[in-house]
Formats: sequence, C-alpha cells, structure tokens
Amino acid sequence: MKTLLTVIFSLFAFTCSASGKTELMHANIDLSDNTSLKRGAEHYVTYCLGCHSAKHIRYLRIAEDFELNQDVVLKDIAPVGASIYDSMLSAMDKHDSNIWFGTVPPDLSLIARSRGSDWLYTYLKSFYRDDTKTHGTNNTLFKDVGMPNVLWKLQGQQIAHYTLEGENKVINSLSLERPGELSPSEFDVVVTDLVNFLEYVGEPAKLKRQQMGKYVLFFILIIGFIGYLLKKEYWKDIH
Amino acid sequence: MNSPRFNNFVNWILARFPLTKVWNEHLAEYYAPKNFNFWYFFGSLALLVLVNQFATGIMLTINYKPDAALAFDSVEYIMRDVDWGWLIRYMHSTGASAFFIVVYLHMFRGLLYGSFKKPRELVWIFGMLIYLCLMAEAFMGYLLPWGQMSYWGAQVIISLFSAIPIIGEDLSLWIRGDYVVADATLNRFFAFHVAAIPLVLVLLVFLHIVALHQVGSNNPDGIEIKENKGPDGIPVDGIPFHPYYTVKDIVGVSVFIFFFAVVLFYMPELEGYFLEHANFIPADPLQTPEHIAPLWYFTPFYAILRAVPDKFAGVLAMGGAIFVLFLLPWLDTVKVKSIRYRGGIYKKALFLFVISFFGLGYLGMQAPTPSATIAARVLTVIYFSFFLLMPIYMRWEKFKTVPKHLTSNDSLGSKIPLIKQAVSDITQDTVVTTKSGKTLHLKTPNPSGLRNASVDLAKKMKDSLD
Repeated sequence: MKTLLTVIFSLFAFTCSASGKTELMHANIDLSDNTSLKRGAEHYVTYCLGCHSAKHIRYLRIAEDFELNQDVVLKDIAPVGASIYDSMLSAMDKHDSNIWFGTVPPDLSLIARSRGSDWLYTYLKSFYRDDTKTHGTNNTLFKDVGMPNVLWKLQGQQIAHYTLEGENKVINSLSLERPGELSPSEFDVVVTDLVNFLEYVGEPAKLKRQQMGKYVLFFILIIGFIGYLLKKEYWKDIH
Repeated sequence: MNSPRFNNFVNWILARFPLTKVWNEHLAEYYAPKNFNFWYFFGSLALLVLVNQFATGIMLTINYKPDAALAFDSVEYIMRDVDWGWLIRYMHSTGASAFFIVVYLHMFRGLLYGSFKKPRELVWIFGMLIYLCLMAEAFMGYLLPWGQMSYWGAQVIISLFSAIPIIGEDLSLWIRGDYVVADATLNRFFAFHVAAIPLVLVLLVFLHIVALHQVGSNNPDGIEIKENKGPDGIPVDGIPFHPYYTVKDIVGVSVFIFFFAVVLFYMPELEGYFLEHANFIPADPLQTPEHIAPLWYFTPFYAILRAVPDKFAGVLAMGGAIFVLFLLPWLDTVKVKSIRYRGGIYKKALFLFVISFFGLGYLGMQAPTPSATIAARVLTVIYFSFFLLMPIYMRWEKFKTVPKHLTSNDSLGSKIPLIKQAVSDITQDTVVTTKSGKTLHLKTPNPSGLRNASVDLAKKMKDSLD
C-alpha cells in the first residue's frame, strides 16, 4: 500500500513539473471606472478598429453602460458617419488584409475571454524591433505575429536583449531604444484603458453580474437559515 | 379554500385520478430511514439541477440558432442582447458541471453504503443509464456553442468510432452526417440534445424513483428498515419522507445553490473548468487548437483512452471503464452493505479507487507526455482492479457486527459543543495591550494544541482505513 502510494505520488510530481512559459504582467483594470472605459473605447477606435472589428458590441450599448450621452459617444468614440445603432465594425476589406498581413485580423469581441486581460496587457507591451520581419516588429509573447506595433508612436521603439541558453539566443529583456510621445507611465495608462475596454466588450454584463451576486447570496443565506430553523422544528421529536 | 365548491372540485379530480394515492405512496407515507446524513442530499439535488437544465435550456432554445453560420453569434446574442440572457446561459453552463458533481457524489454515496446491492440492483442500473444519458447530453450540448473546443472536442470523440474494425469509418460518417464535423452534425446534435435524450432522461428518472420506492431507501448503516416493522406495519426506524426529508432537503438545497450562485456570479468560467477559454473563439475547421481537452467530467475516461497504446483498445477500455460500473452489484456480493461495518480491505480499495479517479481526471486535462502516460496507465490498472478484482480481494475481508437498529445520527446542533471544544484545544487566550492602552483578549493559535490535533486527525484517518 505504502509503496504503491509513493509510486503514484512521485509519478504526479514528475508530470506536474512546470513548463517554460512567458511570465504575464498584471493588468490593473477596473470595470467600474467609466472614464477609463471611455478612454479605452476612444483608443480602440483610433488604433484598433482600422483592422479589428468588435461586432458584438454596439455604440448604443457603450453609451448606456458607460453612462454617456449618445451624442458624446458619436462625437468622441464612434468613427465619422457611424450610427448609434451600429456595431463596432472595421471597414477593412478581408481580401486586402490577407495581402497586407497574410491573415484576416480576428474580431476582438471575445479576445479578453479567450486570452485573458493579463495576456492582452503583456502582449501590447511586448513588441520589439525586429528588422527581419516585414513590418519591422516582433513580439515576445506571440512570436512572429502578423500584427505590427500599432502603438509605436505612443510607446516608442523597444529593442530586445539576448542571453545564450545552450546554443539558442533567448530574449532576456526589452528596453526602450527611442522614446515615443508618451512617458512609460502615460503609455501604461493607455494600454490599461484599452485592456479594460476589451474586458468590458468580452462580457458587458460582467460588472452587473458581480454587483448583483452579493444580494443573491445574502438572500440564499436568509432562506437557508429559515430552512434550518424549519428543519429543526420538524425534527425535534425524531431521535 | 374550504368552500363546498372547491371540495366538490377536488372530489371530482380524486374520483378520476389517484392523486392522494401517489402523494401518499411517494411522499407522505413513503418511509425513509431516519438516519440519512449529508450524502443523502445529492439525489434530490440531482433532480433540482435537472429541472434547472430543463427550464434554462428551453429558454436558451428560444434565441439559439442551430446553424453552423449562426450558432456562435446567437450565443453571444443571448449573452448581450437578450434580457437576463447571460444569467440563463450561465445557469445552464454551470448547471451542466454541477450536474456531474452532484451525480458523482450521489454515485459515490452508493459505493460507501452499498446502495447498489440486493435488492437495489435495478435502482443502480437505472441510475447508470441516467449517467450514460447525462454524458450524451453533455457531449452533444457542448457542441452547440460552436466554439473551437466544441468543434474539435466533437471531432476527436466522433472519430473514436472510426477505430471500430470494419464498420468504424461508415459509423462515424453516419454519426457526423458529413466527412468532418459540420452544420449537419450541429443540427442533429441539437435535436438529440433538446428533444430525444431529455425524453429518455425523464423516463429513466421516473423508473429510477419507482424502482427505489418499491424496495425502499438504503441508509448509512446499510440495514433494511423494512425487516423491523412496528405493530402498525410501519418500519420502526422509518419516518415519512414528507415532511421530514422535504424540509431537510430545503437546507441542502440552500447550501447547494449558495455555492452554485458563487460560481454563477463570480466565476462562471471557473478558470476554464466550466467554460473553456478556447471556446470563446468561433469554430474553425482549418485550425486545430494546440491542446484539445474535454470538460473536467469526462477527463478520467479520456485519460484511460489515451493510456492505452492502441486506438481501438483504448476505445474499448474507455467504454469498459463505464460498463464495469453496471456490473458492480454482481461483483461486490458481500452481504454487509455499509462501509461502516466492512473491513479495512474495502476501505483501502475504495481509497485507491478515488485516487485513481481524481488522478485520471487530472491527467486527462494535461497534454500527454511520456511520464504522464505511464502514470495514467498505473491509475487505469488501479481503476479496473478495484472493480474486477473485487470477487477476489473481498474473500479476505473481516466484517464488524451489523447492528439490528439504525444508529443515531448526530445533528448539526449536537456537534456544536464538540466544535467549540476543538477550537479551544487549538487556541490559547492571549491578553494584548494596544498602543492606546486598551486590553484585548485574543484567541491565538496554540502550537502544541495544533500539533496534537493534527496528530489525532492523522491517527483517526489511519484507523478509519482499518
């Protein structure tokens, strides 16, 4: 018995050993921060919507959820000519994008749900200069990604520093070679806002769901307590 | 409501329908053992989850579109544009996993107290058929959101049928309705998920309960209460199911829906265990995901499938792992039912079985590596040995004396002094003076008390295996 258990547990320990993965940075997002969400939506339309649709969200829903006037949404967020009832659709032609990037940029409605906010945050900050690539950039988190660094003007240009691991050159760290329009902390706010917005788009009801949960749980506790008293009363004669 | 008109109406019904008879036979005069413990909540909870799945499932079909081009988007439409759609969808997806948790605990209760043994073999068989139906429901339902994991999971599982010699290829083609998982597959899975299997499921649940009420419920002592009847013909150790167990089940239900709501409102994906992250990417027949894993409730069987080197043998092993459960009443023929009066051999064997089930479940989620495959093989052997070697290892088992009457069950209230005693054993009173000069009487952990308590606990656990 003992030996068998030892064998089982050692097999587990063996199979659980960690695999090498890039450490993700933590995205400090807040879904209840409407100003951050609004900025995120503005950045999304400016920097992302050119290629990436978010077809499952409408400008009207954004206005309602961020407590904004519809006119403000049309003026500050939506592209020129968009209606408040429109979904966030990109104007880019699929045929063109296939020629330009070798792929059709995916719809980002659910990207925060499939990748997670930390992944998106890390991804957007992990671009570096790579002259061997068509667009001149590469990404440490998503190697050889077709997407160029669209935020380069804000962030500046990062370069990679390598170390040798055996015979392989491995990226050790990234550093800012040429500063952009924003300081690193200002850029951090931009990326955080964007990720916050994508998290919202992934599940618009998330904040409502979490806010509602505590009332539901409280109600269930009360029901359970009354139920327990009822049970005690009925069962007092059973021995 | 005591008006003569109402009474006339009730009498009119009762003259034509045996409402009182059914009510009495199955609730008010169905005598259940009085010592049910926490393990006995899961039957009624399974019924609750079944009702939840029906109610939310019907509401989902109102807006869901079983069409490969529309399915994924229609689910997102439900999540965003349908009022309370997100709640309905999460109730359904959380309910699916909750169903398996409840059913696994319900089955484990059977293993603990021998509820599958004579005269309850048919109850067990109907229960196993319900479990099979649930697996089919879950598998087909998982294709409907038409995400990457839906698609590729179905692709992998259906292709297993192609491993069957001679008819395999044609069979899997017949199941899919196309050469790959496609619109035809989605449509038929929808039909089975929302109509065919639920009908069978309801029928089986009915049979499960009818069979149970014919022979009566087992109990933690594994004694037949019907063998000890009072002068009125009512089992001495029995109490009417209603109101005693209906009010008790309200408490069980409250605790269950509390945990259910915690998942629903705060972690509906449960870190990818209840809703896989990759399933938020629409199905793409041209892009195979790096790692295809079924949802957690299938992973033990998936691990068994992968543990066997040959594909067809793997399919047989996986089917066998489920089939062997059907044989349980004839493998474990020992008269003593409850684990309380069985010897250490069964306890140790059951303990190993639990380890193998959890271990396989874990390995089924991981990408296959050579060491993981070896581990899965060892655990597969343990899994099957538990059942198939039962007739052999049971020969050496030494039993304790089974009492004639039910032993009393400690109520929650009577345990409170024990809990208080345990808390005072592991804590010590410390007096602290704060900076503002107040004196506080705090309970701080007592190291030696903690050590004694953990040694006692370990001893008890070890003893309980003998």
